[in-house]
Amino acid sequence: MKSSDSIAMEWYPACQVNDVPRNGGVCVKLGEQQIALFHFTRNGEWYASQNSCPHRNQMALSRGMIGSLGEVPKVACPFHKKSFSLIDGRCLGNEQEYSIQTFPVKIENNTVFIGLTKNQN
Amino acid sequence: MKIVVIGNGMVGLKFCERLLADKSRSFEVVVLGEETLPAYDRVHLTDYISGKTAAELSLKPLDWYREQNIRLCLGEPVVRVDRENKQVHTKYNRLEYDNLIIATGSAPFRPKISGIGKQGVFYYRTIQDLDQIRNYARSARTAAVLGGGLLGLEAAKALLDLGVADTHVIEFSPRLMPRQIDETGSQVLAGKLRSLGLSIHTGKELIEVNGLEKIQSLSFADETELPTDMLVVSAGIQPRDELARAAGLQTGTRGGIVVNDKMQTSDPSIFAIGECALFEERIYGLVAPGYEMATVAAAVISQKEKSFTGFDMSTKLKLVGVDVASFGLPFADDNEYRSVIFENKVTGVYKRLTLSQDGKQLLGGILIGDADAYNMLLQVTINRLAIPERPEEILFTPAAGKTIHQNGVTHLPDESVICSCEQITRFQICDAVEHKDCESPEAVKKCTGAGTGCGGCMPLVKDLVEYKLKELGKYVKRNVCEHFGYSRQELFDLIKLKNLRSYDEVLDHLGKGHGCELCRPLVSSLLASIWNDMILKNGNDTAQDSNDRYLANIQKGGSYSVVPRIPGGEITPDKLIVIGEVAKKYQLYTKITGGQRIDMFGAHLNDLPYIWEELINAGFESGHAYGKALRTVKSCVGSTWCRFGLHDSVSFAIRIEERYRGLRAPHKIKSAVSGCIRECAEAQSKDFGIIATEKGWNLYVCGNGGSKPQHAILLASDIDSETCIRYIDRFLMFYIKTADPLTRTATWLNKMEGGIDYLRNVIVNDSLIIAEELEVEMQQLVDSYACEWKAVVNSPELRKKFAHFVNDPKAKDPSVQFEPLRGQKKAMEWK
Repeated sequence: MKSSDSIAMEWYPACQVNDVPRNGGVCVKLGEQQIALFHFTRNGEWYASQNSCPHRNQMALSRGMIGSLGEVPKVACPFHKKSFSLIDGRCLGNEQEYSIQTFPVKIENNTVFIGLTKNQN
Repeated sequence: MKIVVIGNGMVGLKFCERLLADKSRSFEVVVLGEETLPAYDRVHLTDYISGKTAAELSLKPLDWYREQNIRLCLGEPVVRVDRENKQVHTKYNRLEYDNLIIATGSAPFRPKISGIGKQGVFYYRTIQDLDQIRNYARSARTAAVLGGGLLGLEAAKALLDLGVADTHVIEFSPRLMPRQIDETGSQVLAGKLRSLGLSIHTGKELIEVNGLEKIQSLSFADETELPTDMLVVSAGIQPRDELARAAGLQTGTRGGIVVNDKMQTSDPSIFAIGECALFEERIYGLVAPGYEMATVAAAVISQKEKSFTGFDMSTKLKLVGVDVASFGLPFADDNEYRSVIFENKVTGVYKRLTLSQDGKQLLGGILIGDADAYNMLLQVTINRLAIPERPEEILFTPAAGKTIHQNGVTHLPDESVICSCEQITRFQICDAVEHKDCESPEAVKKCTGAGTGCGGCMPLVKDLVEYKLKELGKYVKRNVCEHFGYSRQELFDLIKLKNLRSYDEVLDHLGKGHGCELCRPLVSSLLASIWNDMILKNGNDTAQDSNDRYLANIQKGGSYSVVPRIPGGEITPDKLIVIGEVAKKYQLYTKITGGQRIDMFGAHLNDLPYIWEELINAGFESGHAYGKALRTVKSCVGSTWCRFGLHDSVSFAIRIEERYRGLRAPHKIKSAVSGCIRECAEAQSKDFGIIATEKGWNLYVCGNGGSKPQHAILLASDIDSETCIRYIDRFLMFYIKTADPLTRTATWLNKMEGGIDYLRNVIVNDSLIIAEELEVEMQQLVDSYACEWKAVVNSPELRKKFAHFVNDPKAKDPSVQFEPLRGQKKAMEWK
């Protein structure tokens, strides 16, 4: 679900590393968007996705429990526990028609940056 | 092709099943049964005495016969077989056949003893026999059973179950079950039976039954006499070969219709199967070989290749509550074999193995008092599997036996027969798990038929299913999820043992991966039930379920609800006013709940700490409406105001609610206290409910509401308040420690072996000697209680978590929207 042309992606500062709870998520306001940001402390991985769960369009994913299904890191929406891969956003489980948008994350000097393309912001 | 079957017993029925399983051929089947009942489970005949009905023992409903196009004629004995014209004559009919199957079974052997025809003498074979025995036993104070074999001991049990406390077993040979067990085994078995109330007489020959018309006593060859009110004869079986004999078929000198390995009699179009058949000089008196004979006959008639090659006569039974198993070559006293023998006089256990001379092969054995290893040992014997260098280990160390049992399933060859009644192989069971979606022993039973005969193979089926599921990567149901190899109960013990205080520690020490939405809340609940630490501390906030995460119930649209605790449903006018003012200030929708308290909806995440700050300052505490925890203890008005109230139910309810507030458990807990039998607080629908009596309180447990409501059951009556609380302490702690995840108390009790009687024994009679431990653990939780909302309100660090945007904490979630309704508001509909 990325834009078709090579439109430049920009890194937007989200918050400090310490603002994010261990093995959990927060919601970041970037322009008009709500982005869910997750820190898997166990292996130091960071993930970001849209905050809205496509099941009932609730801004809730950031409040969900993270986890893994086999090797796939995931988050489960607090409303109905729909699980989504944080690698490619697909819904894990029987409801294959849902998926979420994911975004790249990088850390510089204790600040967390989320990468959005120009028309995503 | 016309098939006539004489006999509608277990084996005759099995023949029909097997024959008609092949839908490609068409057979016209007529079954003629002498009894008026359709085929029933004769193996479990004693169950008829202990409560099962004839219908429950019935093997197939009449509809099944109709659907299979079987013409079933009950109560229609066959009079003559006309071989020349291939016809069968009954009292009312004449039927033609292409093939005839004789499945007439056997009749009880009728000893020619003087007086055996007197009133009060019965045989033990049919349901009709049992009805007569049951009737007569009503007025019998003593009874005797002639025959100390399998059936005789079962008959003795039936008499005990019928209330004839003084029951005697008379056996002609020097020991009980002479063909299956040895001398010592018989002594051990007799000892156990005696301690269960039976009188055992071996080496006793009955010569006369005394009495006028009714039996009064028995006389024996050793010149002793035994007074008795009734006699049940179970002294062997006599094959029903009269029809065959009259028709000129070859029969044995001591009875039985001679058959070849295709189950054909001396007339190739006539077959004989089951207990009436004589194969290589043997009558096979067990159902499993009978089923095999039925299968062979059906195959031969369908022109398939199959032969009967004899059958292993191993059995395992529970006789009067005692395990007795005999398999392979149970015992042999000559020097060709080695024996390993184990006896424990205190526990009444006797085990004996027969090995080959070189000790490498297990040939058979006897197990009395503990036959857990039977299935595995039988498989080892039949499949000639390797046994440990020191085979005594199987007998001495139960753990070794269990390991062999569990490891054994992995080593059995595919063709090994697991269920000998239905001839189901290991391959078929594994196939059912792997390719037919069977994920439990019950599912395998339904799919393959394994376990539907005597049921003795089920432990092995269970082990196989577990092994296969593990191999396929589907975790065994007991494990909480893919991240932990333990059950909830095991995790409880391990967390306590290893002093683990956070979810991350538990996952690091005991699990793998990153966890998930199953194990996080489960472990969080365990941590709370063990340590009672504030649930958002120690990094545990991200391991909490949706509601616990923010100590509030998430609602449609993303707002939350607020429920302060109102113990016992009692509230002062001032506190009511505080709730009203808080709701107005934060524009919350208010509603009174079923739990006798007030719920406020529509709170923004950001507002929660402020709302609660005001409530805490006014003296309120968290109501834990969001947790798998104690919710409310409702009350009726009680003796303070009500003209019917026996005791002060409100005070007691408040005391109880304040004792257990904050307690977390496998699921929510609801309670109530009613001041009299009219039960206005509906205590009987609660996890634990208390009702006042003249003398004190009645305590009820394990009631639930929800989609499948169930009433609570009386645990103890007329107890005082202190005792009531002690029992509740134990009950709740026992529930917390032993229930499966997300299981309410009703389901927990329904799954509990021994049910309410067992639970009562544990809680009231302290049968497991854990009451003190449970009370101490509960007291620790009570003593360490602290309101978690108070902790948040007073902690800037915790308050910070209640912000929607991490980078704009003051801003509220713009997507949370409301609409007006009846002067208040409601959440906007889902899109």
